[in-house]
Amino acid sequence: MKELFPIKQVNGFIFSLLLTVVALSVYFMDMSFTAGMTILLVTAFVQAIVQFVLFMHAGESDDKRTIYTTLYYSALIALVTIFGSLLAMVWDM
Amino acid sequence: MEFFERFAIPHPDPMIYASMVAIVLVSIAIVAGLTYFKKWGYLWNEWLTTTDHKRIGIMYLISALVMLFRGGADAVMMRLQLSSPEMEFLNAQHYNEVFTTHGVVMIFFMAMPFVIGLMNYVVPLQIGARDVAFPRLNALSFWLFFAGAMLFNISFVIGGSPDAGWTNYFPLASNEFSQSVGVNYYMWALQISGIGTLMTGINFVVTIFKMRAPGMKLMKMPMFTWSALITNVIIVFAFPVLTVALLMGTFDRQFGTSFFATGNGGMDMYWANLFWVWGHPEVYILILPAFGIYSEIISTFSQRNLYGYKSMVASMVLISLLSFFVWVHHFFTMGQGALTNSIFSITTMAIAIPTGIKIFNWLLTMWKGKIRFTVPMLYSVAFIPLFTVGGVTGVMLAMASADYQYHNTMFLVAHFHNTIIPGVVYAMLAGLTYWWPKMFGFILNERIGKWAFWFNVVGFVLAFFPMYITGLDGQARRMYTYSESTGFTPLNMLSFVGAGLMAIAFILIAYNIFYSIKNSPRNVGDDPWNARSLEWATHNPVPEYNFAIEPEVNSSEAFWDHKKKKHTLFKGKIDKIHMPNNSGIPIIMAGILFVFGFSFVFSIWPAVIIAAIAFFACMMYSSFENDQGRYISADEVKETEEKFGGASK
Repeated sequence: MKELFPIKQVNGFIFSLLLTVVALSVYFMDMSFTAGMTILLVTAFVQAIVQFVLFMHAGESDDKRTIYTTLYYSALIALVTIFGSLLAMVWDM
Repeated sequence: MEFFERFAIPHPDPMIYASMVAIVLVSIAIVAGLTYFKKWGYLWNEWLTTTDHKRIGIMYLISALVMLFRGGADAVMMRLQLSSPEMEFLNAQHYNEVFTTHGVVMIFFMAMPFVIGLMNYVVPLQIGARDVAFPRLNALSFWLFFAGAMLFNISFVIGGSPDAGWTNYFPLASNEFSQSVGVNYYMWALQISGIGTLMTGINFVVTIFKMRAPGMKLMKMPMFTWSALITNVIIVFAFPVLTVALLMGTFDRQFGTSFFATGNGGMDMYWANLFWVWGHPEVYILILPAFGIYSEIISTFSQRNLYGYKSMVASMVLISLLSFFVWVHHFFTMGQGALTNSIFSITTMAIAIPTGIKIFNWLLTMWKGKIRFTVPMLYSVAFIPLFTVGGVTGVMLAMASADYQYHNTMFLVAHFHNTIIPGVVYAMLAGLTYWWPKMFGFILNERIGKWAFWFNVVGFVLAFFPMYITGLDGQARRMYTYSESTGFTPLNMLSFVGAGLMAIAFILIAYNIFYSIKNSPRNVGDDPWNARSLEWATHNPVPEYNFAIEPEVNSSEAFWDHKKKKHTLFKGKIDKIHMPNNSGIPIIMAGILFVFGFSFVFSIWPAVIIAAIAFFACMMYSSFENDQGRYISADEVKETEEKFGGASK
């Protein structure tokens, strides 16, 4: 029975709930804008990784190289878009 | 009656009433014609419900050609209005609507469907597949595009055209400055067709990764397929940004949020930012397939293999990556600091390097080749110098400090038309002429085609090169008139003449289609151009199953190997073939979304809710439907093959 129990997924589920609670706490707790944004960005990316690896089974099939390349590419473009926009619209305005 | 008042046009004009009458008459004529000739069943069974990538491709191409004439009429109207000072042909409001429509129609409803139509037709054939990975999704993509295009096109007769430019910048596009429903139309038309494009992107990435013929490794794909793969990857990454931006804009206009407002913590400039985060990759979504088409054509008509295959692929990959790194160059003058502008200035100039590599590769492909100047080859040869001029002025615009001089002038207008017309439009015309015999089994008349080509090139140079000069002299874009003392008159008149010549070119192209349908010989064989890639290994026009036997490949020019190096393409024997079924669901879903979009534009909420429920009902129905496709029996395949003159060569 032990092999059949999806312990990784259950742990992942609990972990992703935890990340949601942490992200939500930004709203309820009184903290600076920078601190809040940092928490949101970090939890968002960790959350995405948890979802991809545990629940969308990235890395469990033969085309795992393709899947990870796509993920890295998406992450790169997301980061460039976010930080480029922040640079152009906020930091260097 | 109060309910109907919202549909009235805010700025009526005799021309608009004339178009209303024309639209009604044409619609009646189409319905009456279809009924009289009893073609409704044929239309529904063979075209409207089809999941065949070739037919969907042809429907894309027809829509694109129709939209080309719509957008072209707008262009001629603008050039006429500017041909002499203080012209009173269009008023300011009407001019705003015309240039907005021209931009949106040409980019979203002409260039995109043209590119996607050619990809639809050619890519599965080039990789030796029988259809795309998700045929029904492909049909849905087309119908969503079509619903979006129709929604946009009715705007000028019901409720008013959008008038805030194709870039639709806030705060101009906000309720405060754009009171008519025009901008709502913009939001929903682009939203619906944009979702269709996103589906196409996913569909083609999967098709190219998963459905290539045995032996066709990634580095053995024909160049057009490579360009299609990279284009679709860009679509998948860029279009979600547009979807989100449009939704935020809709919320601002219709639900009172403040994403792009000037107060309440909103930021109007953020629209421009998001628009170009999508918009710059979009430029490469249009140009990369064009590069792919030129690669195929130049190699075929120089009768040499493509020079520098690997560097062609590498440069496209590099362009696709860099395309996400440059968007700020569209608004250098918006007030961000020198650091930001310098960064985006350098990334922009960097794109010239991979593009330059491609230009040299095409030149070296032609070097010592046995060149045949057919119509597709003429367009490709004209493309190289003209596009280079466009590229060089692009580097001029990329210099942030100099851009303060060029920004929002006719210089910019000249630049982007200089890249998009020789780049994209010529490629589409070249590709259409090149693959025409594949689609319909006869060649378009070369003599008329060459006349059209020369009108096109001379017209283009006359229409757009003067704008470089007037732009540097300070003629602003999007101004509906100017005074005589500016001295812009002669050059603007020249532009108008050029636009007229281009209009003649496109009329000649349309005439050529009718002329060739009637007069062109049908015995052109399966390989009229002596071409090199796999799509020419099957019959003209292509049977619905594409290849009777799955081809086996060992280079990027499999068909050339087959002809010259005794490579056997078709090894197996004819077997039954699995094909997708037709489905009416895609067109019904698109119709429902059209109603949804239209009602949303006018905030008719009950209709919006009903349409949304109907849409989800269609999705539910589809997920429970058990559709296993159908088989064409081996005997039937053999029969078809014999009709084409014997089983596979």
